[in-house]
Amino acid sequence: MLTAVGAILRKDLLLELRTRESVPAMAIFAVTTLVVFHFALDRPTLAGDLAAGVLWVSFLFAAMLGLNRLFVAEEEQGGFDGFMLAPIDRTSLYVAKALALLAFLAIVQAIAVPAFAILLLDPSLWPVLPELVGVLLLGDAGICVVGALVSAIGIRTRARDLIVPLLALPLLIPVVIGAVEATAPLLAEGGAEPLPGRWLLTLGLYDAVFAAIAYAVFDDLLED
Amino acid sequence: MHGKGLRTLALLTALTLTAAYALVFFWTPNDADQGFVQKIFYLHVPMAIVALCGFVAGGIFGAMHLRTRDGRWDLRAYVAIHLSQILAVGVLVTGSIWAKGAWGHWWLWDEPMLVSFLIVFLLYATYQVLRFSIEDRERQARYASVFAVLAGAFVPINFAVVRMAESYVHPRTLGTTTGGMPGEMMLTFLIALAGMALLFVTLWKYEMASKNAVAEVRALRLRLLGDDDALPRRTAAPTL
Repeated sequence: MLTAVGAILRKDLLLELRTRESVPAMAIFAVTTLVVFHFALDRPTLAGDLAAGVLWVSFLFAAMLGLNRLFVAEEEQGGFDGFMLAPIDRTSLYVAKALALLAFLAIVQAIAVPAFAILLLDPSLWPVLPELVGVLLLGDAGICVVGALVSAIGIRTRARDLIVPLLALPLLIPVVIGAVEATAPLLAEGGAEPLPGRWLLTLGLYDAVFAAIAYAVFDDLLED
Repeated sequence: MHGKGLRTLALLTALTLTAAYALVFFWTPNDADQGFVQKIFYLHVPMAIVALCGFVAGGIFGAMHLRTRDGRWDLRAYVAIHLSQILAVGVLVTGSIWAKGAWGHWWLWDEPMLVSFLIVFLLYATYQVLRFSIEDRERQARYASVFAVLAGAFVPINFAVVRMAESYVHPRTLGTTTGGMPGEMMLTFLIALAGMALLFVTLWKYEMASKNAVAEVRALRLRLLGDDDALPRRTAAPTL
């Protein structure tokens, strides 16, 4: 299974590197959302709860763009057929797609977080950077675990652009709650406060539970 | 023969619900704090608990469908989910009325039951859309079951997380089944809960019987008359 996951992941990353279909759009969308928030909230700088909320909403919406495109190559160019013919575990497709999405989100955040720090954030980001990266990874994992499954459900319906966000947004509300609660103390005005361990634990548990569920049911999406 | 025992079940439901709400109006004391308004609790909370269990049951039926590939499990999941969705609307409406009566606002974001039901309602609102947008019957059932499993697991997790997020701000006293409720209130609440659960089971069985009967009639018409009209039109509901 590991080799299959590696091969599919490599294929997806290579495809993205050559066509640049998803990541640039996601990154631009995330930064644009930050700019929109500046005008919508009419604040020159943000801190604390509000900063964490704005940051995560931008990532979530950018992730929706990636989700809509995650399986497009498989669906439109016969990738599913080729995959079904190969004698490999079907779940490896899910694992590879979730990891590819994780990589996409990490690149988007590597662009959007510095932009956020320059454009909107009031407190300095440097002292809390390691903790922030940890929280980002836990939140991203939640988005990828649920997102890859929802994307696979949506891709073969007639209304895929509608169904993917309609399913993914409510399912990801616990991730938003946990990630914002965990990020807010890091961005607090007048110096970072300690990380709230219970929210990290909540995020970790959410990731683990939905990874297990997705692992169990993904097979059933690929039967015909 | 479909709907066996439905008559007894319906009578039992009517009896339990009548008894429960007779007790609510004529026996239980008014809440010391909120007065008469608090009595909506005997409608709101049982509905919420039954809807929650219905969604989880839908997930279990969905898992059974994925395991056995028997269309009847998909039908069971479909009926359980859409009945729970109707109850969820009831939960939102009664919760709103309660919040207005007790606290003066139609909506309170620090009320975890109400907030998590809104999220769950929004999620399950897509269930019918998802079914309708897949034409192939077999795949529709499979994808709907995957959704049912995913969402069924999501319901309790979501509830726990939303509760955790709010518990810092407001310590909860109302709406919990423990927490020093007098004996009369507790007993009435339990009877109301049983009545609501019975109502759910009755409606579920009733709709299952109806759907099964329709499927049988259709199969007979198709076999005896070769009637093309008997073929189901495109629908979100599962057909056997």
